[in-house]
Amino acid sequence: MESCNCIDPQVPADDLLMKYQYISDFFIALAYFSIPLELIYFVKKSAVFPYRWVLVQFGAFIVLCGATHLINLWTFRIHSRTVAVVMTTAKVLTAVVSCATALMLVHIIPDLLSVKTRELFLKNKAAELDREMGLIRTQEETGRHVRMLTHEIRSTLDRHTILKTTLVELGRTLALEECALWMPTRTGLELQLSYTLRQQNPVGYTVPIHLPVINQVFSSNRAVKISPNCPVARLRPYAGKYMPGAVVAVRVPLLHLSNFQIYDWPEVSTRSYALMVLMLPSDSARQWHVHELELVEVVADQVAVALSHAAILEESMRARDQLMEQNVALDLARREAETAIRARNDFLAVMNHEMRTPMHAVIALSSLLQETDLTAEQRLMVETILKSSNLLATLINDVLDLSRLEDGSLQLEATTFNLHSLFREVLNLIKPVASVKKLSLTSHIASDLPMYAIGDEKRLMQTILNVVGNAVKFSKEGCISISAFVAKPESFRDARIPDFLPVLSDNHFYLRVQVKDSGSGINPQDIPKIFTKFAQNQSLTTRNPAGSGLGLAICRRFVNLMEGHIWVESEGIGKGCTVTFIVKLGIPDRSNEFKLPFVPKVPGNHGSTNFAGLKVLVTDDNGVSRTVTKGLLMHLGCDVTTASSSEECLRVVSLEHEVVFMDVCAGLDGYELAIRIHEKFTKHQDRPLIVALTGNTKKVTKENCMRVGMDGLILKPVSVDKMRGVLSELLERRVLFETV
Amino acid sequence: MDGIVQLERQLVDYTASLFHEGFLDDQFNQLQQLQDESNPDFVVEVVTLFFEDADRLLNELTKALGQPSIDFKRLDAHVHQLKGSSSSIGAQRIHRVCISFRNTCEEQNVEGCLKNLQQVKHEYSLVKSKLETLFRMEQQILAAGGSVSR
Repeated sequence: MESCNCIDPQVPADDLLMKYQYISDFFIALAYFSIPLELIYFVKKSAVFPYRWVLVQFGAFIVLCGATHLINLWTFRIHSRTVAVVMTTAKVLTAVVSCATALMLVHIIPDLLSVKTRELFLKNKAAELDREMGLIRTQEETGRHVRMLTHEIRSTLDRHTILKTTLVELGRTLALEECALWMPTRTGLELQLSYTLRQQNPVGYTVPIHLPVINQVFSSNRAVKISPNCPVARLRPYAGKYMPGAVVAVRVPLLHLSNFQIYDWPEVSTRSYALMVLMLPSDSARQWHVHELELVEVVADQVAVALSHAAILEESMRARDQLMEQNVALDLARREAETAIRARNDFLAVMNHEMRTPMHAVIALSSLLQETDLTAEQRLMVETILKSSNLLATLINDVLDLSRLEDGSLQLEATTFNLHSLFREVLNLIKPVASVKKLSLTSHIASDLPMYAIGDEKRLMQTILNVVGNAVKFSKEGCISISAFVAKPESFRDARIPDFLPVLSDNHFYLRVQVKDSGSGINPQDIPKIFTKFAQNQSLTTRNPAGSGLGLAICRRFVNLMEGHIWVESEGIGKGCTVTFIVKLGIPDRSNEFKLPFVPKVPGNHGSTNFAGLKVLVTDDNGVSRTVTKGLLMHLGCDVTTASSSEECLRVVSLEHEVVFMDVCAGLDGYELAIRIHEKFTKHQDRPLIVALTGNTKKVTKENCMRVGMDGLILKPVSVDKMRGVLSELLERRVLFETV
Repeated sequence: MDGIVQLERQLVDYTASLFHEGFLDDQFNQLQQLQDESNPDFVVEVVTLFFEDADRLLNELTKALGQPSIDFKRLDAHVHQLKGSSSSIGAQRIHRVCISFRNTCEEQNVEGCLKNLQQVKHEYSLVKSKLETLFRMEQQILAAGGSVSR
């Protein structure tokens, strides 16, 4: 114990002092030990404490301090060296740790302090945000008001309601004292007070529209603050002692339907405006806030839109009412027209029947009268009667036909008929007339013209007759030539018929008929007119012959219905003219034959069951068949000649025979015979009809018969009734092919 | 009078039976219809003609089939004739046999032809006797003063 660094033991002079120091040290140590414990406890509790390391340090420092103080307790008395050493170690450690801590705290404490500033900052920020929130909420409120206003405004299409609602809602939202709407008058020179919020009955104040303040408001689409003293704002005498409330005015565009084009918004210049004036309550310190102004502008726009919608709706309702009226009127007109048409049709139908019946009686009886004994004078009179009534009948038919043609109600029939015999008949009809006028008549029927065709026989005949009749009518001398042939495709590309585009097909052919006359001709300029109804060629040289001028018009209609074309050529007056027409006819084939109903026919005007004296020739090499057929025909009253072979038949057959019945079977070469008969009578118009009688039911038989030019085919066995029907049909139609 | 009525009734029954058994068909009716004042014996004439024709044809047929080399074409022609005749007077059965006869001729079937010929002859003799009976009955009635209704 020579030199120790320990503190010299003090003289234990004052025990009390010592005791206090002892106790204090003890408590200090205790405190020092408990502080870290508390710290640790609370830090453990709190989740957020970034400075654990510092805490550890601090804890260590405190613990060591506490340890030091604790160990100090032993140094009050005499202590051993170990204690001294321990004490020293403890102090040294404490010194180290505390210095470290001190150093650390230099870094930490500013941080801790700045936390505080940040907290302050955040608090400020929060306050600011709160303020802004308040603002936004106010704005939102305003927006909601606007929406609600708009909704109210737009929920109605009635102009007055719109405006009233606007004022009411605005007044409510903005807590206005007064709200007024000034509308332009009709003249456009003044604004009239139309609606107010508080005043029940706005007296008709008007202000001229060209006040500067009004112009100012109208020229901008924003809400403008105006002076409360200007005429538009001075709505009622204010009784307030203080300032009247601030006033704002905004323009409301008024749009008319006529302003709108489809794609353009109306021009600015065409707009007219109304003025909305809003007054804040007087005697309040309120001022117009920006957001309130914005609200007012938005509302004004909405009102404009709503008003224009209302206007459009009014217009469209009006238009709809107009349309309905027009519809009713049109309906009525249509019904009247229909009634008229029905009446006309009824009239025509009745006249058709009523007119024809007496005509028929007159014509029939006149012709019968002609047959009786008459003096020359009487005969002349009867002939005149007959001619006139025929003319009248033709006229009636023409008119009725034409009206039916115009109607479009005429439909062509389509039957199989003998083309060659049609021409024969026409010639027969025309020959007497032509010969009376000393006109020569030539006809040329092409050899390749089919024997049979499908079409409207009656109307085709009418057309040909009309054309030929005209030729005869308008010719005083010379010759008339009729030619008929199948039109070839090349001939269609004719300059004279530019619009005619025929369609060629296998089932049809085009018949071309040309009638040339050497008569008075037609002025080429008049040619287009001749097909017009009721217009006649008023030529000075010819006295107007009878005729209503309908003939050619009807012909053209018929030709058109037959999908054809008719035209006239003439070199000029006195040079004759040529009428040509092309019509479409069907070609009969096997499937097109008509079936003959084999019922005994009721005797009509033409067919009769009395075939008295009808000359027929029966050719059959089978004696029994021959005898039976002969008996059959004789029973029906015919004058029957028989032949038992082809040669005999050819020898015996003559023009007197109307019908030749031949059995076509192997023994008798009927086909050959038919051809020979044709050859024999080729130059004559009225050769006998050749009819095949056969029990052969093969299709090829019928084809062969048609090929060789037979007029008919009948299947055996033939009953009396059947033969009667057959003869009727044959004589009427001149062709009869029974279906096999 | 009674006798005539009875005869007439017999005639009617007999005629009906001929139709019923198929010896005659509607064509015979047609023939009967053709008989009138201008042509009182039409039916008889036609039937007689038929008999003559048929006799001739059957002879021809027999001759033709007896030949060593048969000419089927000619055979066919004759049969055709017979067919036509028989159908003209309504001899239905003969007509039918002729049809099948023609088929065998086409097939050149000698056996068949011979058989058909036999059949035709058979039928022909039947019909001939029936018709002759019919005519005899009619004559009886007419002789007794009655009338033959058609």
